[in-house]
Amino acid sequence: MALEIIESCTNCCACEPLCPSKAIFEAKPHFLIDANKCTECAGDFEVPQCAAICPIEGAILNEDGVALNPPGSLTGIPLAA
Amino acid sequence: MQLPVINIATAEPPKGGCSAGSCGSTDDQMGHLPDHIRDKVKNHPCYSEEAHHYFARMHVAVAPACNIQCNYCNRKYDCSNESRPGVVSEVLKPEQAVKKVLAVAATIPQMTVLGIAGPGDALANPARTFETFRKLSEQAPDIKLCVSTNGLALPENVEEMSSYNIDHVTITINCVDPDVGAQIYPWIFWNNKRIKGREAAEILIAQQQKGLEMLVAKGILVKVNSVLIPGVNDKHLEEVSKIVKAKGAFLHNVMPLISEAEHGTYYGLTGQRGPTHDELQALQDACAGDMNMMRHCRQCRADAVGLLGEDRGAEFTIDKIEEMDIDYAEAMKMRAEVHAAINEEMESKRAAKTVGRASPRLVALKGDLRPARPVLMAVATKGGGVINEHFGHASEFLIYEASGEGVRFIGHRRTIPYCEGGDTCGDGESALDVTIRELAGCEAVLCSKVGYEPWGPLEAAGIQPNGEHAMEPIEDAVLAVYEEMRAAGKLEAKAVEQQKVA
Repeated sequence: MALEIIESCTNCCACEPLCPSKAIFEAKPHFLIDANKCTECAGDFEVPQCAAICPIEGAILNEDGVALNPPGSLTGIPLAA
Repeated sequence: MQLPVINIATAEPPKGGCSAGSCGSTDDQMGHLPDHIRDKVKNHPCYSEEAHHYFARMHVAVAPACNIQCNYCNRKYDCSNESRPGVVSEVLKPEQAVKKVLAVAATIPQMTVLGIAGPGDALANPARTFETFRKLSEQAPDIKLCVSTNGLALPENVEEMSSYNIDHVTITINCVDPDVGAQIYPWIFWNNKRIKGREAAEILIAQQQKGLEMLVAKGILVKVNSVLIPGVNDKHLEEVSKIVKAKGAFLHNVMPLISEAEHGTYYGLTGQRGPTHDELQALQDACAGDMNMMRHCRQCRADAVGLLGEDRGAEFTIDKIEEMDIDYAEAMKMRAEVHAAINEEMESKRAAKTVGRASPRLVALKGDLRPARPVLMAVATKGGGVINEHFGHASEFLIYEASGEGVRFIGHRRTIPYCEGGDTCGDGESALDVTIRELAGCEAVLCSKVGYEPWGPLEAAGIQPNGEHAMEPIEDAVLAVYEEMRAAGKLEAKAVEQQKVA
């Protein structure tokens, strides 16, 4: 059970200080999540903190590769058909 | 008596009575502020219209994280060619930022102010922001520190901010009504959750207002920024202005929405337009009866360096500052001398205005009782309050309004320098076309020099080029041209035409 940050991450670093498991670390070309440490915030918060502050749609995936913030969910920008 | 150059507080009769703190008649926009505030802002380029001709500012981009989303912001942006808030080329760690500030301060002694304005929100990155401030207050006590914030995390940080002697804070307040806010902010991050819609706006507004009150109670100067979004908050900003003034903000800066589609923001992609020059000016004038309005904001990048309107950031990249060896104790002595010289120059210019302006010109103006039509004029300047820029080199023009009451500063308009624009830019429009479009409404453009080539097209567009007042103080030159126009009967003729139209 772990989340993943993918290449659309802009390195805004908002998620890093919020992680209760200290699983997020700065890396090149973008921040990463240590899958061994990530708990998806179970027991600490109602929702995964990284996904709750991340401003980039699609940048954080769950174990099944599904975006926690799917396209259109944060900015309201209409999706290209 | 200091009549000819009026500030905004005197240009419009106050609507709600005239409090002692907001009514004056000097030509410095800040002239009517209480002395203790005036002392704080007199060498701050962002707060004093006068100071911005002489002193420089810089922003360090140490704060990339944000705790809210605004519909005019695209968090993916990172560009060296774009000049607007929220955009940077490289994010710095606090120690790099401190090094950069010392390098800039030693190289550009006019730099008096360091701000943290993102590219995210300064207070959504408290550890990085405050480490930078702590080190700078120790190592460079001659630099003023400022913060810009959306206000969400303001209340919890006011105490720590006051401990670093941060005496200027800017809060961006676009609304005081959550229904308006819901159209501007899609979400906020609050108490470990993402909150959307009206509820989000309600929390943000409450935090902004609480933070404003706490800062004022601490004696920290607060400026309020508002983005003017036509159809969303244009009717609402007058109320915002009244409320923030009542709570003690000392300056209100209404800025135009920037929403080009290529910036990839929600507003840009959904066709939300920005305001016209006229709409912006009308709103600023409407708010001005109640509040000091700021007219010279350049909406600079979160890593801008230099005088307002210029950006010397490219001279101070991480690579370059690593190689610089700065002896700041030495630099501080040199800076003190430069600042003293600038203050002396500003004082002597003020004095010259006070003495020299009981002038025959005023008598002439008063003697002529025909109604005086106000005229907008564009001015090319590199700073220092004089006309000292070639038409073709200007990347922006300052806009002044001359009327029977005197001369007042209205704002600025950006363009592409005519001499650097090449043949075309964007969709086939030439640099000269862009300038002529941007100067719409102006009837003269005053510069130190203007070439033969742009002369004709400018005249054809109703903008009289004028290179006759090179190196003269701006307000004097604008007034002189206005009087020439009056003498030539140009003001009258146009007034008659306007009446016919109406």
